[in-house]
Amino acid sequence: MSGAFAPAPGRAPLRTVVASQIRMELTLTARRGEAVVLAMGVPLLVLLGAGLTEATNVPGDDRLAFVVPGVLALTVMSTAFTGQAITTGYERSYGVLKRLGASPLTRPGLLFAKTTAVLGLIVLQLITLAAVGLAVGWRPHLGSILPALGVTVLATAAYSGLALLMASRLRPEATTGAATLIYVLMLAAGGIMFAAPDLGTFGWFLLPLAAHAEALRETLSYGGSVPTAIWLSLGTWAVVFVTAAARTFRWE
Amino acid sequence: MTAIEVRGLRKAYRGREVVSGIDLDVARGEVFALLGPNGAGKTTTTEILEGHRRRDGGEVRVLGADPGTAGSDWRARIGIVLQDADDAADLTVGEMVKHVAGFYAGPRAPAEVLALVGLTDRKDSRIRTLSGGQRRRLDVALGIVGRPELLFLDEPTTGFDPEARRNFWDLIRALAGEGTTILLTTHYLEEAEALADRLAVLAGGEIVAQGTPAALGGRASAGAKVSWRVDGVLRTEQVPDPTPLIRELVEAKTDLSTLTVTRPTLEDTYLALIGAHR
Ligand SMILES: Nc1ncnc2c1ncn2[C@@H]1O[C@H](COP(=O)(O)OP(=O)(O)OP(=O)(O)O)[C@@H](O)[C@H]1O
Ligand SMILES: [Mg+2]
Repeated sequence: MSGAFAPAPGRAPLRTVVASQIRMELTLTARRGEAVVLAMGVPLLVLLGAGLTEATNVPGDDRLAFVVPGVLALTVMSTAFTGQAITTGYERSYGVLKRLGASPLTRPGLLFAKTTAVLGLIVLQLITLAAVGLAVGWRPHLGSILPALGVTVLATAAYSGLALLMASRLRPEATTGAATLIYVLMLAAGGIMFAAPDLGTFGWFLLPLAAHAEALRETLSYGGSVPTAIWLSLGTWAVVFVTAAARTFRWE
Repeated sequence: MTAIEVRGLRKAYRGREVVSGIDLDVARGEVFALLGPNGAGKTTTTEILEGHRRRDGGEVRVLGADPGTAGSDWRARIGIVLQDADDAADLTVGEMVKHVAGFYAGPRAPAEVLALVGLTDRKDSRIRTLSGGQRRRLDVALGIVGRPELLFLDEPTTGFDPEARRNFWDLIRALAGEGTTILLTTHYLEEAEALADRLAVLAGGEIVAQGTPAALGGRASAGAKVSWRVDGVLRTEQVPDPTPLIRELVEAKTDLSTLTVTRPTLEDTYLALIGAHR
């Protein structure tokens, strides 16, 4: 029984399997050109438009110190939340998750590969946008980069959790509509192009984008520390939505 | 050795039971077909055995493990062709096969798999541009690329043209001939008859008959219908064994140029079983 049709199963090393899936996720992202444009194009426009012209009123005299951190926070939201909700919604309805979840990749492997691909994409986008910011005159305090990374990880986790929760509960068309609407609302009210409505600490719990942007401003632009209320706000968002997504996520 | 062992399997959706305590045994190397009308519970049963759905009750062993909890080494040993796959539309056929092949230690060469399902000339096409039957052939390719020990095929030939279906049958026979266990669901009874060593008919969540294609539901002992024409008038007799009758006709020098002997087809037997169940 050693013919061309004899069974000879066996899985590749898990590292190989997951690495291959990460590559595939990135290839697919690159092929969905419109998603990449939404993820990079809008933040870039906001950065140049609000950062370099007097098109909007921003607090303080240093426009770039206000606008660039907000644009970085906006990018994290658009990739981790909007982009991820839309693709996961369609992948679930098309059976992608079902097929790969039952392959030697397994469900945890698939989630790990997706998360890594999203993180990789976010890191690339943030480096690009920060470089554009530097080029036009933004002067960040690198000494405060660790807390800035910390709040960014929390925000990414919260957005991913919410994205997966929506994608597994709603039909893909509804997910696309809702995720885009939330993006636009957050862009308008989240204190990115102009100051957010002053809701005090409550606003940070209501608008994670505003909280994340403020934390990046305090650290990167002003060399300060992240206000405790923001740690609490983003931490709560992350715990609540990651738990909810893990509890209820449906693969098909 | 058994590949699949099921005892008292139950599954309900929102309180409505669709699989009501079925038993199944599939031996290693066997081709086993699951037949039954739409909604009978074939996909539900198959997907529980694949580890895709949770069962509500009963014992299930697939290649010695419980599919509900088996890990990635177990998954590498099974191949799956789902009833409804519509994924990876933005990849090309070749990329998808190569990608899935990369999950296995010693996969079939992607080019060889594409040749086996007749998709070599569509290798560089985006999956979204395939026709329904071509898409289905890609699913089969993805199911066999890892050289599985056990292959699940849920209505694999939906949309296949006649030639593709024959080629698929040859492929399944070659795989089974060298030891692959195959669990197949189909609505094409000639396909079940051509491929299956044994089959089971599922109706209303229960197994109403089980056996070899030749013997299913008393088919082997059902006798034969002998018909011939005398001066253009049709004569028909239903007999347990046609031999004595035909000998009699020959000795009487009857004109037998219009003689036909028919046994109930698998389809006749199947329809009778399903009808009796209702
Ligand atoms: N995810 C689900 N949620 C609710 N009901 C379901 C679900 N999947 C199947 N059913 C129901 O369970 C019953 C059995 O469905 P199943 O898909 O197992 O049938 P089947 O034998 O594969 O049918 P077909 O020949 O049409 O493929 C049907 O009545 C179906 O409506
Ligand atoms: Mg079915």
